[in-house]
Formats: sequence, structure tokens, C-alpha cells
Amino acid sequence: MSKKYDAGVKEYRDTYWTPDYVPLDTDLLACFKCTGQEGVPREEVAAAVAAESSTGTWSTVWSELLTDLEFYKGRCYRIEDVPGDKESFYAFIAYPLDLFEEGSITNVLTSLVGNVFGFKALRHLRLEDIRFPMAFIKTCGGPPNGIVVERDRLNKYGRPLLGCTIKPKLGLSGKNYGRVVYECLRGGLDLTKDDENINSQPFQRWRERFEFVAEAVKLAQQETGEVKGHYLNCTATTPEEMYERAEFAKELDMPIIMHDYITGGFTANTGLANWCRKNGMLLHIHRAMHAVIDRHPKHGIHFRVLAKCLRLSGGDQLHTGTVVGKLEGDRQTTLGYIDNLRESFVPEDRTRGNFFDQDWGSMPGVFAVASGGIHVWHMPALLAIFGDDSCLQFGGGTHGHPWGSAAGAAANRVALEACVKARNAGREIEKESRDILMEAAKHSPELAIALETWKEIKFEFDTVDKLDVQQ
Amino acid sequence: MPFQSTVGDYQTVATLETFGFLPPMTQDEIYDQIAYIIAQGWSPVIEHVHPSGSMQTYWSYWKLPFFGEKDLNVVVNELEACHRAYPDHHVRMVGYDAYTQSQGTAFVVFEGR
Repeated sequence: MSKKYDAGVKEYRDTYWTPDYVPLDTDLLACFKCTGQEGVPREEVAAAVAAESSTGTWSTVWSELLTDLEFYKGRCYRIEDVPGDKESFYAFIAYPLDLFEEGSITNVLTSLVGNVFGFKALRHLRLEDIRFPMAFIKTCGGPPNGIVVERDRLNKYGRPLLGCTIKPKLGLSGKNYGRVVYECLRGGLDLTKDDENINSQPFQRWRERFEFVAEAVKLAQQETGEVKGHYLNCTATTPEEMYERAEFAKELDMPIIMHDYITGGFTANTGLANWCRKNGMLLHIHRAMHAVIDRHPKHGIHFRVLAKCLRLSGGDQLHTGTVVGKLEGDRQTTLGYIDNLRESFVPEDRTRGNFFDQDWGSMPGVFAVASGGIHVWHMPALLAIFGDDSCLQFGGGTHGHPWGSAAGAAANRVALEACVKARNAGREIEKESRDILMEAAKHSPELAIALETWKEIKFEFDTVDKLDVQQ
Repeated sequence: MPFQSTVGDYQTVATLETFGFLPPMTQDEIYDQIAYIIAQGWSPVIEHVHPSGSMQTYWSYWKLPFFGEKDLNVVVNELEACHRAYPDHHVRMVGYDAYTQSQGTAFVVFEGR
């Protein structure tokens, strides 16, 4: 039915607040935490968010009558109180599938967290969660390999992967850097990692690093009889250079490369994930810049959204925080989004911060990487929190060992295996952590020294961003 | 004496993946690990290989995977039978998880020479 053109400014809620709407299985659903300017009604704020993140603009325009906006518009279909918070509320918005290009996380985010975040009627806005419909998920490549394939390639079963970042993070020559890689891997780590800010600086150009690291990996593999790898950081100035580095890693017969998906961008990340899938290369994902976006409890994007986006864009491992180490992250919230990295179905559970049922279908899982300020004493808690499908990375906790990185690596490996063995035998590893580690140290001087070195180090600060629950 | 005053020399060891850094397990400890495999609903699998082939993806099966086997003693007897038949081979215990199509765990029980 055709309508007449009526120029002027309409209230958003007349068009975009539809409390009777029942979302379709194919709709992309989003939950925003909204904090409006004083005096603006909730429905108007919520409707404005729906409008500005989909079809709307501030004024009625004649050209919208050339299409059927009822078909394309986003709709706010529910408003909820935020527990314990009077000034904010949750707005649930449904977006029709046709608003988004197939397989494009870039496109989804450009819409959902684009202009709307600068909108003046809002004081703060935070994207808490997205329910991706199966119809969209099936258009995404996802992890190039996934947990199962990564385990098979690396021959690691029944335990978390063990890694560490090479330190100092900046300033080593390629040859010295390769030495540190060799020390860690010969000591018993499975994987080592380029720090995120290592790209191709004047003190160490990428090709130099790749060649020495490849030699270190191969040598450690020969000497230990185990499969080893190093995440070669391919994050680069341009996509062309990124692919050039990836190709060289493949030429060197390396099993895994790395990308920084937020600073590098989703387009680059999806492209590199596709390249990895084609070339049988594992992909480790770092998340530099995430805390700028996800740490404020009322503004930005929650990390669970960024984690879901990464699983769709593609990566085989993603950093998730440690809960126990030096970086922000509360336990329930972390469990909530690591479920979304690894499981094939995650039910709505507000106690874990998950606002929607999320069906991942056949999409492979992503290893959760715990890294940052962790050491051997944390091992039992890390295993209990993250389970086997994780990669535990001890940087300072490896290189800081009084005997050096190889002994530090061995200490971590002994501690990890002792915890896994104890867990399998039915012991409560968090409660009995001290006994388990001390027993293991009897057979490992490296572990005994590590336990002594780090016995006093704790990072007990309260989390800034907590789950919204009534205290 | 402070620990830091002596730096030890860490010597690289050849290991066989999971539990490679722990001392050899006692019989009871091995039983616990097999019981865990069974309790997870995984199928026990026994594999063996000559040490020269330890880095191969495929080790030889001992018989076939013991699908649906819930009896710890049966698995232990098979492990020992495999070890008797191939005393110089590595023998490993694998828990095959049909849901993930992956190995829930895998560790070497007898090291060959």
C-alpha cells in the first residue's frame, strides 16, 4: 500500500519501537545498554538506537517511499531494567538479515556500532551482546582450522597447550630473538608467540625474525621429539605485506601465524583467515585495543561481542584474559564468552552475561588463550577455569626463572601436567593446589625454584567492569 | 641459602607429549588415568610404535579400539599384553572421543628402548 510523503521530523518511537514484534529466527538480535540524556523517555532512546543503527535518519526523506522500510528497518522489541542501575536500561533490537552483506563482520559492526554511538540523545551506549542467526553464520568462514584440527596438527591431547610470549617484547635482534624461542621450546613449551607490537621494526625486520625462528622451532622439535610452533606475527602495514609474510611462513614450513584483529581490522582478519584455510595454516589472534572498546561498563562494545565476531571472521586461538593474572576480567563473564568461542550451542545465561541463546551450528571452535601476569601458582586455577581447550601463556613466568627460559618452561610444563593428572584422578585441583604443586616439585628442581620465586606475586584488584547483577 | 645464588644447567630432554615431564606413573596412577578415560565416555585405544617412529602421526593399533569397554581390568590386561608382544615399543593409551572426533587424551604408558 502506498503512503503519502509527509516532510518533517517524526518521533523515532512511532516507527522503531515495536513491543509486539516477535523476532524471526533469521533476525540478527542485539542487546544495547543505553544511558539516555536526562528527560528523554526510554522508548524514544531505544527507538533512536534502532533507527540510527539501521534504516533511519533524523528527518523523514522522500526517497524512503521508493522502498518498503517496514521490511528493512531495525526494531526495538523489548526494554529491560539493568539490575541495580536506575539510569541505564537494556534495549533489545531485531535487525532483518537483508541489512547485512553475507559473511561480512565489517558490515555488521559498521551498522550496529557506527554513527549511533555518537548520537547526542545518548550519554552512553554499550553493545552487550549479539545473537547471530544461523542464516548469517553459514555465510561466514569462521576459524580456518578449529580446535580439533589444531590438536591433530600439533599432536597435543588431553591438556591445555602451553606457550609464552618472547620477552623483552621489543629490541631484540632476529638472531637473539630466535635464541629465546629455542630456549622456551626445548624446555617443554608447545608454542611461543611474537609479542603484538613486533611487526617489522628497524631493530628486527620480519624476514630476519621468521628465518631464525624457523630454525629454532625445527631444532627444538628435533631435540625434544615433540611438535613445536611459534606464532609468526603477520600483522602489517598493508594487506599485501600481510600476505607476503604469511606466504613466507608457509615456505618455511611453519605451522602457525598470528594477526591482531582489532588494530588490523576485520576485513584484513577475514582475508587472512581465508588464506589460512586455503593453505593449511593455523591462526593465532591477538586483541590489542580491545580494552579501549570493552572496558567501560556503560560505553563501547562488550568483549563477548568482539569474541563472537572473531569466531565468525576467523581465528584458531583468541586471547580472553586470565581471570587470575594482571589483566581485567571476571570469572563468570569470561566463562560466558569462552563458551561462545568453543561450544556449538550456548544458552542464554545472564549469570554469565549471555543475553541470547546462540547456536553456532557446525562452526569449529576457537582455543581460549589465557595470557598476562600468570605464573606456576596460578596453574591449578587456570586449568579449572579454562579446561583443556585453552592455551596458557606465561611470559614473565617463563623468562623470569632464575635459571632462564628453558628451566622456566620446564617448570610450567611439570606444573601443568601435574594438575591435569591430579584432576583426572579426581582431585579438587583448586582446593589442593598447594599440595599438588609441592608434590610435583619434588621431582623437578625447576618447578621448586619457580614456586619459590613467584610465591608472593598476586594481582588482587577489583574488576572495573562487572556483570550487572543486584548486589 | 637463596635459590638464586646457583644457576643450574637445564638439559633438553626428549619427551613423548602429554605427561612426558612427569616421573613414570605407578600402576595405581595409570589405573586412575584409564578410569578417567572410561568415565568420560571415551573409547580406550592402545597404540604402539618403535621409538624410531615416535613422531609419526599414526602408531599401530593394538587390535582395534576397545569401543564401549567399561571394564578397567580388561583395558589394563590389553595394555600389558601389548607391552609383552612389543617390549621394545612405546605403548600409549588413547581416549577416543567420538563426539568431537578427537582424542580426549593420549599418553605413553610404556617407553620402548
